[in-house]
Amino acid sequence: MTDIVAATALTRRFDPHLSIGDRIAAAFGARVETRAVHAVTDVSFTIRSNETLGLVGESGCGKSTLGRLVAGILGPTSGSIAIDGAPVMRRGRKTTTRIQTVFQDPFASLNPRRRIDATISEGPIAHGLVTRAAAPAFVADWLARVGLDPAVATRFPHQFSGGQRQRVAIARALAMKPDILVCDEPVASLDVSIQAQVLNLFLDLRAALGLTCLFISHDLSVVRHVSDRVAIMYLGRIVEIGPAALVYAAPRHPYTQGLLDSVPKLRLDADAVGFRPIAGELPSPLSPPSGCAFHPRCPRATDLCRRERPELAAHGATDVACHYA
Amino acid sequence: MTLLDVTDLRTHFFTRAGVARAVDGVSFSLAPGEILGLVGESGSGKSVTGFSLIGLVDPPGRIAGGSIRFDGQELVGMAPDRLRALRGRRIAMVFQDPQATLNPVLTIGTQMALALQAHGRVTDRAAADRATAMLTRVGIPEAATRLNNYPHEFSGGMRQRVAIAMALLNGPDLIVADEPTTALDVSIQAQILAEMKALARDSGTALIWISHDLATVSSLADRVLVMYAGRIVESGPVGAVLRAPLHPYTRGLLDSLPAMAQPGQRLAQIPGSAPSLLALPQGCPFAPRCAHADAACTAPPPRVERADRHALCHHPLAP
Ligand SMILES: Nc1ncnc2c1ncn2[C@@H]1O[C@H](COP(=O)(O)OP(=O)(O)O)[C@@H](O)[C@H]1O
Ligand SMILES: Nc1ncnc2c1ncn2[C@@H]1O[C@H](COP(=O)(O)OP(=O)(O)O)[C@@H](O)[C@H]1O
Ligand code: SF4
Ligand SMILES: [Mg+2]
Ligand SMILES: [Mg+2]
Repeated sequence: MTDIVAATALTRRFDPHLSIGDRIAAAFGARVETRAVHAVTDVSFTIRSNETLGLVGESGCGKSTLGRLVAGILGPTSGSIAIDGAPVMRRGRKTTTRIQTVFQDPFASLNPRRRIDATISEGPIAHGLVTRAAAPAFVADWLARVGLDPAVATRFPHQFSGGQRQRVAIARALAMKPDILVCDEPVASLDVSIQAQVLNLFLDLRAALGLTCLFISHDLSVVRHVSDRVAIMYLGRIVEIGPAALVYAAPRHPYTQGLLDSVPKLRLDADAVGFRPIAGELPSPLSPPSGCAFHPRCPRATDLCRRERPELAAHGATDVACHYA
Repeated sequence: MTLLDVTDLRTHFFTRAGVARAVDGVSFSLAPGEILGLVGESGSGKSVTGFSLIGLVDPPGRIAGGSIRFDGQELVGMAPDRLRALRGRRIAMVFQDPQATLNPVLTIGTQMALALQAHGRVTDRAAADRATAMLTRVGIPEAATRLNNYPHEFSGGMRQRVAIAMALLNGPDLIVADEPTTALDVSIQAQILAEMKALARDSGTALIWISHDLATVSSLADRVLVMYAGRIVESGPVGAVLRAPLHPYTRGLLDSLPAMAQPGQRLAQIPGSAPSLLALPQGCPFAPRCAHADAACTAPPPRVERADRHALCHHPLAP
C-alpha cells in the first residue's frame, strides 16, 4: 500500500480578534486576552491508500481543526498537506476535489432553503462530473446508494430525520467522486440504533468505492470499529499513533491508557470494573503546560517530563510521545 | 422497604396535533440507597418521567393518571407548596445542563446558602462551612475560595460538580439525574461517575440515573429500566438484563453497539426509526422494527415476569 495523504508539520494557531480598543487597552496593561490558541501543533502523519485513520481525543484537543486542515477548508499557519505529493492548498485556496468532508451536524452543513437534489448535484455540475441534463438520474442513483428513496429528491433538509440528513450529507460528499473522505463526528448526534445504520452505510460505501478516510470521533468504540490505524490527540499534538488493534490492546502513552480506562464498559457481571478516571482537568490551549503537556495529569510524570517535551518516537509499530513509553 | 413506588404513571402532552403519551403506564419501585438506570433513545420519555417524579411537568403536559408514592406520601395531586418543600430537601434533580439549576447572577456560596436556608434555620457561617464541605466532597479544589465565584467562572465539568453539590446539600433521599455527564468529556465523565457512585453508597441516597448510554448505566446502576415509546419495556438487575435481555428492543440496542461487534464488520442494526408518539402502531409499539413480530404483536403485549425481572413482549427472548 502506498501513502496517499501526507501531513507534514501541520500547525494552526488562532489569534484573538482584537478591536482597536482592546489593543490600546492591552498596551496599557488591561486584562485583554492576547494569547493565541494553539489548536494544532506540529502534526505529521500519512494515510495509506484504502486505509482509515481514526482520530480521537477530548473536546478542544484540535481534532476538527486538523480535519479541516487536511480537507483544505482551513489554511495552516505552517506546514503542509499533500495528496499523492500534490499540495491540497495553494495560495490559501483548495486545489482539488479528491478530498471531501462529512460533518457532525448535517443541519448546519446543509443549506435549509435548498432542495436535496440541488444540494447533491451542484458540486458535480460545477466541476463537470455530470451534465445538468443527467443530474436527476445522478441524484436518484446517489439517494438509492445511501439508502434513501429517490422520491425524496425534491424535499428540504428539515423534512428529514437526523439519520436521514447524515445520509444526504454522505451522498453529497461522495457525489464529488472523492478518493479521500474526512468524517468529523459523523454519528455523534445520532441515537445508537441510527448510529449503527449510518456506520454500516459508511462501511459498505467505503469498501465499494475504495475510499481512504480520516475518521474523527470522541467515541473510542466507534473509532475502533472503523479504523485500521488510530491517532490519539492531546492539546493539539498527536501523542500516540499506530495500528488500531495494537493501540487499543496495548496502549503505550499514559494518556491513551487513561482515556481507554475512563470509558465506561458494558459491564455484564457485577464484579467487573466499569471504568477508571484520569485525574485532573484539561489544561487551556492558551497556555499548554511545559514539557509534556500531559504531565500535570500523568501518574508517571517526573522532573524530566515537566522540563522536556517528548518527541513522537517509534516503539515497534506505534509512535509514542512519552519519555517512559 | 421501598422509598419510591411508581404505579401506572401516565404523563401526556395535549398538543394541537394530538395527545402525545410521553409516559404511558410506567411502574417501578426504588429502595433507599438503590441506583436505578433509566435508558432509552431520544424521545422515549426518560426526561418526562424524571420531571413527573419531581412535579415539574409544564403545560401542555400533565400527569393524566397513576400514582407516585414517595416515602408513603402520594405526590400526584399534592399541593404545590408541599411539593416544593419536598423538592430540594428530600428529592433533588441534576440536569444535563447545569445552567438549569445555577443562577448566573449569584455566587456559588450565596446560592448554596439560600438552598440551605430555604429548608431550615442555618447561620451564614454554618452554611458556608457546609457548602465548602460539599464542594470538596464532589472534587472541587480550594472550595472555600471558590464559594466567591460565579457559575461562568467554572469549567463545564466543574459546573456540573457544583450542580451536584447543590443537589446533595440538604441530604436528599432521592436524586434524579438526567443525562448529567452526556455533555462532558470521557475523562471528566468518569470522574463524576466515580464520585456519584461513592456518594450514593456513603450517604444512602437513592439515585435515578437517566442516560441514553447503556455502558454508563451498566457501570453505575444496580437495576435498569429500558424505555421505548413511553413504556418500560424491560426491567431487572443490570447484569442479568445485559447478559440475556428478554425484550427484542434491548437485544437490538445492545447489538447495535460497536463494542459488541468485530472491528470493521457490519453492526447488527434495528431497522427503521422510533415511532411518532402521535401515530403509534396498534399493539406493541416496537413491532414494526422487530424481527420477532407476528400477528400476535398487533395486540397489546403482556407483562412477562421472571424472578426480579419483567418485559412487555409477546415473544420474550429467554425461556
Ligand atoms: N475559528 C476558531 N477561532 C478561534 N479558536 C478556534 C477556532 N476553531 C477552533 N478553535 C480553538 O481551537 C481549539 C481546538 O478546537 P477544535 O479543533 O474544534 O477541537 P475538537 O474538534 O477536538 O473539539 C479549541 O481550543 C478551540 O476553541
Ligand atoms: N413540551 C412538550 N410538548 C409536547 N410534547 C412533548 C413536550 N415535551 C416532551 N414531549 C413529548 O414527550 C416525548 C418524550 O420526551 P422526553 O422525555 O424529553 O424524551 P427523552 O428524554 O427520552 O429523550 C417526546 O417525544 C415528545 O413527544
Ligand atoms: S512524558 Fe511523562 S508526563 Fe508525559 S505521558 Fe509520559 S510519563 Fe506522563
Ligand atoms: Mg470537533
Ligand atoms: Mg431527555
